[in-house]
Amino acid sequence: MTELLVGTRKGLFVLEGEPGGALEVKARAFAGEPVEYAMRDPRSGRVLASVTSAFYGPKVWYADDPSGEWLQADGVVLPEGGEKALERIWAIVAGEDHGTLYAGGDPGVLFESRDGGATWALNRTLWEHPTRPSWQPGAGGLCLHSIVPWSGDLDRIALGLSAVGVWLTEDGGATWRHGNEGLVPRYLPDDAREGSMTLCVHNLQRAPQRPERMFMQFHGGVYRSDDGGETWTDIGAGLPSDFGFPMVLDPADPDSAFVIPLTADVDRVTPDGRVRVYETRDAGASWTARGDGLPQRDAYLTILRQAFDRAGAGSALELYFGSTSGAVFGSSDAGASWFTAASHLPPVYSVRATG
Amino acid sequence: MALVTLCGPLKTRAGGASDHAVDGATVRDVLRGLEDAHPAVGGWILDERGLIRRHVNVFVNGEYGSEDTAVGPDDRIDVLQAISGG
Repeated sequence: MTELLVGTRKGLFVLEGEPGGALEVKARAFAGEPVEYAMRDPRSGRVLASVTSAFYGPKVWYADDPSGEWLQADGVVLPEGGEKALERIWAIVAGEDHGTLYAGGDPGVLFESRDGGATWALNRTLWEHPTRPSWQPGAGGLCLHSIVPWSGDLDRIALGLSAVGVWLTEDGGATWRHGNEGLVPRYLPDDAREGSMTLCVHNLQRAPQRPERMFMQFHGGVYRSDDGGETWTDIGAGLPSDFGFPMVLDPADPDSAFVIPLTADVDRVTPDGRVRVYETRDAGASWTARGDGLPQRDAYLTILRQAFDRAGAGSALELYFGSTSGAVFGSSDAGASWFTAASHLPPVYSVRATG
Repeated sequence: MALVTLCGPLKTRAGGASDHAVDGATVRDVLRGLEDAHPAVGGWILDERGLIRRHVNVFVNGEYGSEDTAVGPDDRIDVLQAISGG
């Protein structure tokens, strides 16, 4: 049985079923509200959701049963009386020790919870980082969207921010530094690239079996790091476009990555009217299109940053992604073939799978 | 005390009551006082900057009000979800 938590413009949908065909909507929560992200903490079973009411602002909610009562988490706010307000929570990620969760949001902020998501505190060193006045937002805001713990090490975390690059800590978030060497911001003039902090990271992932190995979808470029995010090598050659947002790894294979290219930053749809996931199994040396069962004609889909996820690993790897046109597609054979899991949901913001 | 009237989810978060008598010299003061009495309302009307959220409307005696609108002890403050449509 697979469960998908699908955040949409009009609420959270919980889909369940056996992979291979349409999944059933087992629950819907926050009807009418934008749910940017929802995840089930694999350790506690608790479901957490980021909801940004157009009226009442961004909130994080949690529930043990998504069809039951939801409680609002405390502390997901910026310091009172300042010049900034929290705009949105982009991601919620389980930490390495029991009970720890991280949440990233706009304007480039990290929150930490030590009690499974009931209460949160702002990471002050990132909030008060001396370079913050020079941070520039991307088109989606100043979003901290990727939070990447280091398997087995509580203190090492990498962050991806748009458009402020990669940030690394080795002391559990007490201090932060950049990890951007090798990234090329092609959207800047040649003579403005050197040393620029305007680095539009779109997605950041770490290979759990080899945590120094990381993959990144950039705003024009797909990159790999073999040194924990210190330096980056472009591996986008062979893709129909190196622009896109979502990215998934097979946890059983540190040489693997899956991306869903979009045509370009000025045309954010699947290239050539064909929906294809691209897979590498050689750390980016080559890419293979995986589209069997996906729309291959007149299909101009947009797949957002958080709308691609996996369950399982290795030969049991399942992949799922959703589009802003309200479809969710799945694969139960590591991308070799695909099925339609849902067809008529509201615009999909996020997909998170448990299986 | 001013009389604050809530509806919808704000009423629910304020213990289920529509009407709340709250002290304060400005709309912001009154809304902060409401948050003190009902912490679950915190962050729902005013954001961290102390500004009324963009799609929440506050009326003082039937007139649009802002955070700094002066409030007297006999005034009525209605807090409503904006239409925000087209």
